[in-house]
Amino acid sequence: MIEPLDYGAVGLISGLEVHQQLLTRRKLFCRCPAGLYTRTHDGEVLRHMRPTLSELGVYDGTALMEFKTKKEIVYLLNHDNVCTYEMDDTPPFLVDQEAIDVSIELCLLMHMDVIDEVHFARKQYLDGSIPTGFQRTAIVGVNGWLPFRGRRLTVTHVSVEEDSSREVMSKGHRIVFRTDRLGMPLTETVTGAELKSPEEVRDAILLAGLVSRSTRRVRTGIGAGREDVNVSVRGGDRVEIKGVSKAVYAVKLVHNEAVRQVNLLKIAADLRGRGIVADADVKMHEADVTDLFAGTEAGIARRAAASGGRVWAVRVEGVAGLSKHPTQPGLDFLHELEGRIRIIACLDEPPVVSDADRFPEFPGRDAVRQKVGARTGAGANDEVFLVWGPEADCRTAAEEIRLRFVDAALGVPKETRKSLVSGLTTFERILPGADRMYPDTDSPPTRVTADRVGQLRAGLAPAPWERAERYGVWGVPAETTDFLIRRGGAAIVDEVVKKTGAAGRTVAVEVGQGARALRRAGVPVERLGAAEWTAIFDLYTDARLPREWIRPVAAAVARNPGLKPATAASALGVDLKPAAAWQEALGAQPDGKYEVRAGDGPERRQRFMIGRARKVVGGTAPAREVAEHVRRSGSPVKVRP
Amino acid sequence: MTAPEDRSDRFQGYRGPARAVLEKFGIGVWSDAEIENDAGSVFRGVILPRSETFDDLHLVVKMWNGYNVGIAASRVKTAREIGYRKASYKIPEKEFPRDGAKKNVTLLGTGGTIASRLDYRTGAVIPAFTPGELYGAVPELADIANLTTHKLFGVFSENMGPTHYVALAKAIGEEIAKGAAGIVIGHGTDTMHHTGAILSFMVQNSPVPIVLVGSQRSSDRPSSDAALNLMSAVRTAAECDIAEVMLCMFGPTSDRYNLLHRGTRCRKMHSSYRSTFRSIGTTPLAMVNPFPKENEAFFTYLRRDTIKRDHSRVPVINTAFEERVTIQYYYPNMNPDIVDALSEKGYRGLVIAGTGLGHVNKPLYPALRRAIERGMTVVMTVQTIWGYAQMYVYDTGRDLLDLGVIPLDNMLPEAAYMKLCWVLGQETDPTRIRERLTTPVNHEITPREPHNGYLVMQGGLPEVEEFVRKQWK
Repeated sequence: MIEPLDYGAVGLISGLEVHQQLLTRRKLFCRCPAGLYTRTHDGEVLRHMRPTLSELGVYDGTALMEFKTKKEIVYLLNHDNVCTYEMDDTPPFLVDQEAIDVSIELCLLMHMDVIDEVHFARKQYLDGSIPTGFQRTAIVGVNGWLPFRGRRLTVTHVSVEEDSSREVMSKGHRIVFRTDRLGMPLTETVTGAELKSPEEVRDAILLAGLVSRSTRRVRTGIGAGREDVNVSVRGGDRVEIKGVSKAVYAVKLVHNEAVRQVNLLKIAADLRGRGIVADADVKMHEADVTDLFAGTEAGIARRAAASGGRVWAVRVEGVAGLSKHPTQPGLDFLHELEGRIRIIACLDEPPVVSDADRFPEFPGRDAVRQKVGARTGAGANDEVFLVWGPEADCRTAAEEIRLRFVDAALGVPKETRKSLVSGLTTFERILPGADRMYPDTDSPPTRVTADRVGQLRAGLAPAPWERAERYGVWGVPAETTDFLIRRGGAAIVDEVVKKTGAAGRTVAVEVGQGARALRRAGVPVERLGAAEWTAIFDLYTDARLPREWIRPVAAAVARNPGLKPATAASALGVDLKPAAAWQEALGAQPDGKYEVRAGDGPERRQRFMIGRARKVVGGTAPAREVAEHVRRSGSPVKVRP
Repeated sequence: MTAPEDRSDRFQGYRGPARAVLEKFGIGVWSDAEIENDAGSVFRGVILPRSETFDDLHLVVKMWNGYNVGIAASRVKTAREIGYRKASYKIPEKEFPRDGAKKNVTLLGTGGTIASRLDYRTGAVIPAFTPGELYGAVPELADIANLTTHKLFGVFSENMGPTHYVALAKAIGEEIAKGAAGIVIGHGTDTMHHTGAILSFMVQNSPVPIVLVGSQRSSDRPSSDAALNLMSAVRTAAECDIAEVMLCMFGPTSDRYNLLHRGTRCRKMHSSYRSTFRSIGTTPLAMVNPFPKENEAFFTYLRRDTIKRDHSRVPVINTAFEERVTIQYYYPNMNPDIVDALSEKGYRGLVIAGTGLGHVNKPLYPALRRAIERGMTVVMTVQTIWGYAQMYVYDTGRDLLDLGVIPLDNMLPEAAYMKLCWVLGQETDPTRIRERLTTPVNHEITPREPHNGYLVMQGGLPEVEEFVRKQWK
């Protein structure tokens, strides 16, 4: 549940990075098939990542942090979907032009200026998700906009890049990735930081999805579209929430992050009050307290000792009580420490870290707690934390606790956070800067000529907002319009309307709602393309197929590929006769049985009569004409008194 | 940030329309510029030098967000300079810590970039070479040895040649005389095995290890093999018990261990894999474990027939080299004119990489006879890479022997080339030449080939797939 927060008052601003996999045959820089996912592997390689010196001879902050974790990175390989390129044992092949084309189409839909010469850069990622240690990425378009809630939402740029590996497992110093997805082409659409509420973020994600879907050249399904949401409040700083898989999840995530930042700013103010404002003010002392736990029932100590590890006490001066200061709804500052320690020090034995008040329960705990306090020399204003595991990792954790308090004194640290199912987030990594980008000397630039852009523009699918407006005029329900654009049916509707002259609303409803109903009934409607639907609607506009028979005929054609709609219609008994003929047939019918009931009225009686008449005429007359005939001519069916 | 700097060469790589635009708006390479195009898009960033091989129609800008874009010169509406940020190609040097308890190792540089720093704007790789620079890039080196470095030259591996080999051999001799516990040679990988072979001949009786090292993924990449290769090579030079010319490169493609290959018996076998170097027709000399756990050693020795470290030995440096030697890869329909032309041009040595057991077609025979009669030494190796030239098996082989072609058994073609250059550089008598070629200096010919010297496994076979699944990582 969301506790109200005045987003305007706290100065919430948010922007999106929308990732969308493209529907190409092959991967971006090699000839492996794209979109072939596997669950098994037939080989693996083990690697490490080393940060490289940046321009000023220092390591990029993210890079350094990731190096501290010193992970053994294992890649699972399957020869069906990866080659030596993904393993970083072969340089890139020339970039897939199909992917560049789709990216350009996306740019054109968003009113963007397409880059004249596309240059790939390497963006460093040392978390292991890409075996090279960097992602190849290039800006394809800049300076665009989307129509959004009556204004223009800036689209800063669109880039095309390689997708990363999928994490299978991460425990301690070992992380395992599956590589099937690695190298698939993906676009990243970056909007301006112009969204002012969680609801706006949700709607912008939906809009961005609609735009990519309307190209009909993107992948759909789980993981094909993923959003990163950047959030900050006034006085806070940019925090990137990664991997928001559904628009609707964004609302709580953005709200909770706003709450978190407001609370972090309160913590900073509190620290200022205690005289802690800079790095030098945060004083940390650590002590090995393994022996104090010897012979106790403390599970953490037992497990740490069993693996050759230690129990470590970390005292931070002057921060008493702050670990219990709220951050995200339902969480407190200890969770901030936990996230950093888990990722950077690779300690992941729950609960990872505890403060003095929350030492895990065991008999004699209070006595041990006192001894720990005494050993670390803790005063009333200090806080003592416990971590446990290999000694080197405990030392890293102690320093990380100190660093997190340094960050707390400054306010909101720039970081990337992973979204959790609960609408909460957890630390993933420090937000990298522009420092980690450098030119990819392995791949030549791609020139994008005006001719190429012109050709792509000519074949461009209509923008979703153009379609929505057109369909709105036709009177198509908004939900149906949305469904048609999302699932690619809109292109069929447009073609059928153009080629058969049928009313847009009729076609949209039959192709949208009708096909949806048929799919639910197990009919393979995906077999019906524009050609099939056009043939069906041709019968309809030729007055040879009544509207109510469109769905049954469509189902028959879908079930029997190659079946002509006319043949399908005949087989179903559709055989329109002149009005005189079926009206005569109706007149010749024996009396129907109609029970007069309490509360009976002429309407119910008429409905009964129409139903009966339709059964009699079957496929020889359009339902609407039969109904009209019944209404006009009174009862063709004798009604028993 | 703007300083009165040298602004010469403001148009690096820019020609034609692109250069005209730079000139028109008074901007150039390293200008921090704001450029607006005809669509009203504004690009803010640094103008980068342009590769000479690219067209003359675009400007390259590294934008403030780190991305590079190419802007069509014809679309530039306005541009102005808002700053100037010339890239500086300096690597911060830290003093390499020296430790009396550690061995002294000399690193000789030939031009390969085993360690480097990246220029983030251009993507240019700046080699780190002095001990201080190396220490900045691979600080772990200080835990292994005291490092001294000498940059001999800066050439790509494919540009190595006789003058470099001679200089290298002499420098090795000097460093050994100065008491180095081992020598490391930074080298590009393409011709590392050529250099390994020639140094095996030019520097004999070495008291200490001589280790060639390079990298298959340049060191500016986070996944590079360079740091591990360098650490293993320095460890080998300092502590390994084998005093031979060796190559130290990745064993498997995973970051697990390095292999030491004998300079005369290995080859680069893949254009890009990390594990590209393989010992051929034999097993590697040793494995080097960069991070041994408890109960593990840095070195696992795999052979007994190695020359052991012995600081009392005095190296013999012999830099003889005949340049008029060639290597010809035989193919069906090879024209005898080629052999005649080589002979007429005064070539003194010809290594043939023959088919199968060491064969060429019959039309070549007269040309070979003429060449040998004119004094050319013709030797036979096999293009199968593995196995021996055994020319007495078929009549065709026997005919070639009768012509005076010298079979070099299982000497690798590249090693044979280097050996022929080296022998012809000091001998003219055909009998002596033959004798020296066929008498191995350091296993360039081995009397026997063990069955585990040829293991080119075939993927797809159930047992190989199982091995790969379980062991190959």
